[in-house]
Amino acid sequence: MQLNDLLNHTSEWLRGTGPNSDIVISSRIRLARNLDKARFPHWANRAQGEATLNATREGISRVDYLKRTTFFNLSEIDSVDKQFLVERHLMSLEHAQKADNKALVVDDEEIVSIMINEEDHIRMQVMQSGFNLFEAWNIIKVIDDGLAKELNFAFRANWGYLTACPTNAGTGMRGSVMLHLPGLVMSRSIDRVMAAIAKLSFTTRGLYGEGTQATGNFFQISNQVSLGPSEDEIIESINGLIRQIIEQEKQARENLMLKNGPLLEDRINRSLGILRSARIISSQETIELLSMVRLGSDLGMIKDIDRRAINELFITTQPAHLQKIENKKLSSDERDLKRAELIREKLNIH
Amino acid sequence: MLCDICKKSEATVHLTEIVDEQMSELHLCENCARQKSLAMEQQFGLNDLLAGMADFGKGEKEPETSISAKCPNCGLTYADFKKIGRLGCGQCYNAFSKYLVPLLKRIHGSIQHTGKSPLKVNKVLKKEIDIQALRNRLQKAIAQEAFEEAAKLRDQIKEAEKKIGKDAAE
Repeated sequence: MQLNDLLNHTSEWLRGTGPNSDIVISSRIRLARNLDKARFPHWANRAQGEATLNATREGISRVDYLKRTTFFNLSEIDSVDKQFLVERHLMSLEHAQKADNKALVVDDEEIVSIMINEEDHIRMQVMQSGFNLFEAWNIIKVIDDGLAKELNFAFRANWGYLTACPTNAGTGMRGSVMLHLPGLVMSRSIDRVMAAIAKLSFTTRGLYGEGTQATGNFFQISNQVSLGPSEDEIIESINGLIRQIIEQEKQARENLMLKNGPLLEDRINRSLGILRSARIISSQETIELLSMVRLGSDLGMIKDIDRRAINELFITTQPAHLQKIENKKLSSDERDLKRAELIREKLNIH
Repeated sequence: MLCDICKKSEATVHLTEIVDEQMSELHLCENCARQKSLAMEQQFGLNDLLAGMADFGKGEKEPETSISAKCPNCGLTYADFKKIGRLGCGQCYNAFSKYLVPLLKRIHGSIQHTGKSPLKVNKVLKKEIDIQALRNRLQKAIAQEAFEEAAKLRDQIKEAEKKIGKDAAE
């Protein structure tokens, strides 16, 4: 697979299918692993980092489950390509900075991705559409077992998997669920819900993970505790919380329809109107308007656009995606023009 | 809209900042936003947060030895860890176990892993994991007041610990 092949592929997290996919965009499990005795990436010199990279690459190549994957050495791809991979949620923002001995392994379906030499030697993730953490866990378990046969992981019976930052020790696992919560935001209940989540020691982040704010009513919720409970217990606790949030969002949407039906319908259709007509549009405005259109589609108010087309626009309108589609560097102003053009093209087909 | 910082370029990045519960909005151009985010990282990195957590409670004086404690495998000192918020290698966990145990407890509320373990583990580690499983069963037995069972488990644990002997202490 070539990096450009991804352009014609729908990311797993945007397929718009799976359980509760009207509210839950995607579910993701991430495992942090390190090689025994080797220095963690930030503390390793160039030669040591390279040794880790080579050993890990070698190990990955011997795992059956990872046969249909592509290896990207991040020092060999440019910054737009890196941002493109970040936009697709295949790697973190942190991984796109300083390329030293960093690599990314992605499977053809974009379900599995493995970052090498990010904060830990290995950060693998499995993504599933909809509310489906256990399915992601079942897949990543197989990959982890496969890798553990090839590589010696840093592990202690009492502290579990050892990670560069003690906040990830133990299971090394982070389960995250990406939610679309326009109902809770519009009914102004979101702060209450988020405060409750923080008290239960879960974290909320925006669309692009650590350090990003919530835009377009998207919220990523994940566990904070990784040492103590088992992986199944952690997932069960996230699931319990997510089920409650789904219920609250459903309730909020129903209430909005009941009390402010015409207003809601107006806002949704105005959003679609702007997207179908705008000549210049920022990515921020795009995400916010698309969020409304998606809600309209979920509520059956917008019938002539399918969810997948809306989902794809969330990603193809991002800066690096636009530049990959156009196959050249674009300034911020040029992107705003191209973005509007692309949206009109996609939303005006009947 | 023009960038709030340079007032020259068009603002394309919109930030919401919360300082002392006061919310303010910032509209920045790409360049200024990049600089701002670097500055914020330096100001409020996770590193500082962790380093802060690694500090002992107020008023308690940290033992001098902790600062100079050094990992024999990678050379990172505990002072380095406090500064950068990350350990140097897996062996650091052994080297700084005295100081890390309270930290892990504060972060996770627990210091006992019960989840998955690698398939390929060395003999000592395998025995350690077995002992851990026995300890977990012991805890359960005590909780259920099954004291006969608990006594049996306690003896098994002692026996197993003897077998590992010095190796496990490493």
